Amino acid sequence: MDSKASDRAAEPGPAGAQAGAAGDVPLRRTARDALKIVIVGGFGVGKTTMVGSVSEIRPLSTEEVMTKAGVGIDDPSRVADKRTTTVAFDFGRISLDEHRVLYLFGAPGQERFWFIWDQLFSGSLGAVVLVDTRRLEDSFYPLDRLEHHKMPFVVAVNRFDGPDPQPSLGQVRDALSLDEDVPLVDCDARLRGSSKDVLITLVRHLTTLHDPAALHAPAAIKEAAQ
Amino acid sequence: MSLRALNHEEPDRLYTVTGGRSRIDDDALDLVTLVIAENDPAPGMQSEHVTILRLCRHEPVAVVELSSHLRLPVSVVKILLLDLRDTGHITVRHPTSANATTHLADLETLKQVLVGLESL
Repeated sequence: MDSKASDRAAEPGPAGAQAGAAGDVPLRRTARDALKIVIVGGFGVGKTTMVGSVSEIRPLSTEEVMTKAGVGIDDPSRVADKRTTTVAFDFGRISLDEHRVLYLFGAPGQERFWFIWDQLFSGSLGAVVLVDTRRLEDSFYPLDRLEHHKMPFVVAVNRFDGPDPQPSLGQVRDALSLDEDVPLVDCDARLRGSSKDVLITLVRHLTTLHDPAALHAPAAIKEAAQ
Repeated sequence: MSLRALNHEEPDRLYTVTGGRSRIDDDALDLVTLVIAENDPAPGMQSEHVTILRLCRHEPVAVVELSSHLRLPVSVVKILLLDLRDTGHITVRHPTSANATTHLADLETLKQVLVGLESL
């Protein structure tokens, strides 16, 4: 069951978070519209930490299973002898107002967990790609999938525990081949204020995508420059 | 029972819990569809159904939170929830985004999300 234990082992928080589950802080009775933001990134990058720093409940964990038949669509050789593949993921929530509640999901970025992505991304506002500068390559697959899904996203570099000196945001942008119009910010996922700022950056970015001029101008400039 | 313990005994327990059903229409329930119990558990009801009705008796609970609390995979919980919905024991509040035709949420929603986040 390597696929299952993988993503939580290196991230503090969710162990033991099962007890209490829905009981701690109930949703408001009037809650009727739940929204989603997905935080995606490599193993141990701090996704659960970020969820926990802004969530009104302790991060909860659950899992989804994919039967062998479904897994075969991806790459049957990798799961030849498994009856099912299981992926664990963490989540938290923020009640925004009387009716709206925002769910934050920490999604494992590894390719073998592709099957959970559709469920997590379906109807999501957008995504945060959380990056550890020591393992930038872990971000390549999530970035590729987000672009494939046409899911708007921002990239946040989790600076809490990196090498010293750390690469600049410009160097990170180059290394990840990020378009100029993708917001890239520093953060410390342990801090509520910092994680909140990342989410606000994402939502502001989403509002700019409603403005066709803001959306297409950078691309047009790039084309003209070539 | 931990998720890990459940893993070791699957799929037998999952098969039993769902009566052997394994697939549902994926669009029927979202991870964040909110569930509200409409009545108390009936005598003789399957224990998982009873637990769900108790969990969402007073306040709505999202599908994914029920899954976490029941320690059952999301897809299994969805099957159980559809049973309860079809028999009138629960009602569900679908996320409005589930009906969206584009990936981008409407501006009014985004503004309200911003207000909510800024007041954190």
